[in-house]
Amino acid sequence: MTALLSIENLTVEYAVGGKALFAVSDVSLEVGRGETLGLVGESGCGKSTLGRAVLQLRRPTGGRVTFDGTELTRLDGEALRLMRRRLQLIFQDPIASLNPRRSIGDIVAEPLVITGVVDRGERERRVRDVLAAVGLDADLVMGRLPHEFSGGQCQRICIARALILEPELVICDEPVSALDVSIRAQILNLLEDMKRRYGLTLLFIAHDLAVVKAVSDRIAVMYLGRLCEVGPTEQLFARPAHPYTALLLEAIPVPDPTVKPAANLAAGEPPSPLDPPSGCRFRTRCPRADQTCADVVPELREIAVGQFAACHHPLG
Amino acid sequence: MTAPLLSVEGVSVELPTPRGALRAVDNVDLALAPGRTLGIVGESGCGKTMLSRAILQLLPKRARLGGRVMFAGRDLTNLPAEALRRLRGPELAVVFQDPMTSLNPVLTIGTQIIETLQAHLGMDAAAAATRGVELLAAVGIPAPAQRLRQYPHQLSGGMRQRVAIAIALSCEPKLLIADEPTTALDVTVQAQILDLLAREQQRRHMAMILITHDLGVVAGRTDEVAVMYAGRIVERAPTSRLFAGMRMPYTEALLAAIPKLDSPPHTPLPAIAGRPPDPTRPLAGCSFAPRCRYADGRCRAAKPPLGDPERAGTLYACWHPLGLSESASA
Amino acid sequence: MAVLDLEVDTAVVSPVRKRRRVGALFLAAVAWIVLIGLAAALAGALPIVSPTDMDILARRAPPGAEHWLGTDQLGRDEFSRLIYGARISLTVGLLAPVIGVLIGGSLGMLAGYFRGRFETLTVGGVDVLLAFPPLVFVLAVTAYLGQSVLNITLVIGVLGIPAFTRVARAVTLSLSEREFVVAARALGATHARILLRELLPNVALPLVAFFLLGVAVTIVVEGALSFLGLGVPPPAPSWGSMIAEGRENLDIAPWLAFLPALFMFLSVLAFNIVGDTLRALTDPRPGAL
Repeated sequence: MTALLSIENLTVEYAVGGKALFAVSDVSLEVGRGETLGLVGESGCGKSTLGRAVLQLRRPTGGRVTFDGTELTRLDGEALRLMRRRLQLIFQDPIASLNPRRSIGDIVAEPLVITGVVDRGERERRVRDVLAAVGLDADLVMGRLPHEFSGGQCQRICIARALILEPELVICDEPVSALDVSIRAQILNLLEDMKRRYGLTLLFIAHDLAVVKAVSDRIAVMYLGRLCEVGPTEQLFARPAHPYTALLLEAIPVPDPTVKPAANLAAGEPPSPLDPPSGCRFRTRCPRADQTCADVVPELREIAVGQFAACHHPLG
Repeated sequence: MTAPLLSVEGVSVELPTPRGALRAVDNVDLALAPGRTLGIVGESGCGKTMLSRAILQLLPKRARLGGRVMFAGRDLTNLPAEALRRLRGPELAVVFQDPMTSLNPVLTIGTQIIETLQAHLGMDAAAAATRGVELLAAVGIPAPAQRLRQYPHQLSGGMRQRVAIAIALSCEPKLLIADEPTTALDVTVQAQILDLLAREQQRRHMAMILITHDLGVVAGRTDEVAVMYAGRIVERAPTSRLFAGMRMPYTEALLAAIPKLDSPPHTPLPAIAGRPPDPTRPLAGCSFAPRCRYADGRCRAAKPPLGDPERAGTLYACWHPLGLSESASA
Repeated sequence: MAVLDLEVDTAVVSPVRKRRRVGALFLAAVAWIVLIGLAAALAGALPIVSPTDMDILARRAPPGAEHWLGTDQLGRDEFSRLIYGARISLTVGLLAPVIGVLIGGSLGMLAGYFRGRFETLTVGGVDVLLAFPPLVFVLAVTAYLGQSVLNITLVIGVLGIPAFTRVARAVTLSLSEREFVVAARALGATHARILLRELLPNVALPLVAFFLLGVAVTIVVEGALSFLGLGVPPPAPSWGSMIAEGRENLDIAPWLAFLPALFMFLSVLAFNIVGDTLRALTDPRPGAL
């Protein structure tokens, strides 16, 4: 499968009070056409920054992003704006993603206006179509303002706005974290349905492993700006190679009282991204760490078919 | 049987709004014995936070409270403000969801802990400082002596929550109410914080109410679970029995809607259609009826009472409870 | 359960734009503004005497049948002078802040959106303007260009630019990082489109509220300048100069000073009330529970 999106050695650096913060450090990933790649990690791991860097909303300080053969990192101005129609983004806070002073009809039609669809009739028709596709009644919805809707409905509107141009790649940045449990399932189902209907490729960013598992074909795990492990979903869950992946799996609360919560989880917290540990960044919390881990940065190596881990002492 | 430490009797909370009176909490009964953990589960708008505020007597001024809250034999709804203030800390403590707003951002951690100890336990500054360091160490904060001089924004979210817990536990309360204590935290930190709460609870024989929207959080860590929907308790049972056999369709749907680790990817999730009800427009019948797969005319006409028809210590409010044959439901 | 189980969300949370009742105070304020505005605009057509006609025989006359509100020390009809004074006060009062909001508002929005060197320059320039002693500025301009309605308007307008720049920049800064703006960028919107369609509708409201406050302040400032003799030159009546002239007649004809002051007070109050009420009414978030 040819890669639709190719990320090579991507680095995003911030200056924070004189020091350099590497939000994303030398990350390389590929997303094939039609697949869903889940990107998982805890706060501070850089997954959101990565998503924005791919779209060039935050310019990477190093590395390349190639989309369907075109190098996005080299594009600028008009060329980049034209490319944007093919890559879209869905955000975490659905209500904040909508302009509080514009009507829903306006908001969803905006992409069409930007891309030069002049005919009002056609705009309205396409807005109605996409609103119906996401399960909203256009007549009820188009004239109202965002604050009149719930979180779940706003997220549907955001998805409608993202899909009206029929993009090829959609980056979902924590699309369900801010929603109630019962609504999450609705939106996840909706995303899957939309993916099928529009033939989308998804980069699904989240911190909840169970959510990511439900929708992804492959999963990439990030920690403090670096990739720890990449692999097919079921394989990764069944036989994680990186200790951090295993830690994440153990920490998930299981809604079954007969399953005792795992004891003796790795102590401590993620170190500050401003002062990451040398070598392998996870070594301060890893029960298998040794001197090599402090001296040498582990590279992604193939552990099993299609599964890569950046670890000197992988599990299994 | 030990007398309950906390007894919530017929509590309801009404808020006046421009759109009419909002019944945030509707006739809730709860009981909690010393040293036990109660989990309250529900989504946003179900009234769980208002309920915790009602128990703590921290409701907004314009709220109207009905019913009684008995704590250690005293009716909190009738206590004068000064007596209530003395209860909070040594007997009743709370940990909130967002430690950044529950800690004062312009005071050092040390000041906040020491002030609490001085105010409630009458310690002098030096003794309070020593105790403060002990408490921080007990909640797993590295280098506690230095932390005393730091400000909340210098600590990570997990650390701040540990500090909030340390402050809450500093006066050895009999009851701790934890309102979504880990929702804002990463999953690995969440596990650590929940472990910490469980450990401290065991050590101090403290009663705890754990409020959350996550059924996974209550599964392994509570003795009893109460599920709230639209301001009422719709199911209440000992934890193991609840998960083994849910009676209320809402509870079952809630559990089913959580993506499971052991199901393969791209499995469609059984979503609950619709949205939680509008609290300003209460329905005549069961609040869950519009979204319930099993709802019928009776469900829409009359609200099912919360009862224990099986006499098994499990309460639920449903005309057609799950797992029972039709003839069993009156 | 089919994946296509997409329930069409019907019931919406709140009814569409529930009408909020406006208070009697707001209506009274609007009524005053409309009244004084119409009177000022149609002054020429009204059946009142000219404000500059001097009726020497009836100087400092108390309110009566011939002169409704009396006459001043030169026999000029007070009522007429108040109406014509309103003309000047409202003209300057409305036009000067327009300069402020157009120039200051634009600069502020651009500075808050683009940041970087442009912002530094703008903020610096505006700070210089703010630091310059306003009275000296007025004196310099009037000495060089002369006193007239136009010049006073320009001077007060320019002096008001820093305040509008700050408000616009502050609001734009807080909005630029909000997700709906990032979403617009992600859609490939041009800077112009983001500024006009995303940011402006949200910045406009605080600016309008501030504008009305500016009107109120300008009326007072113009009054003060006229009082000091730096405003519109005589014989054109301005509430401020009328107060100054009335000052000398406080023991004999106190209404000469109080009436213009009362008119100024009511006008300023009315604009403040309208500004506040408009801001509260159009706030998109209804009272949170």
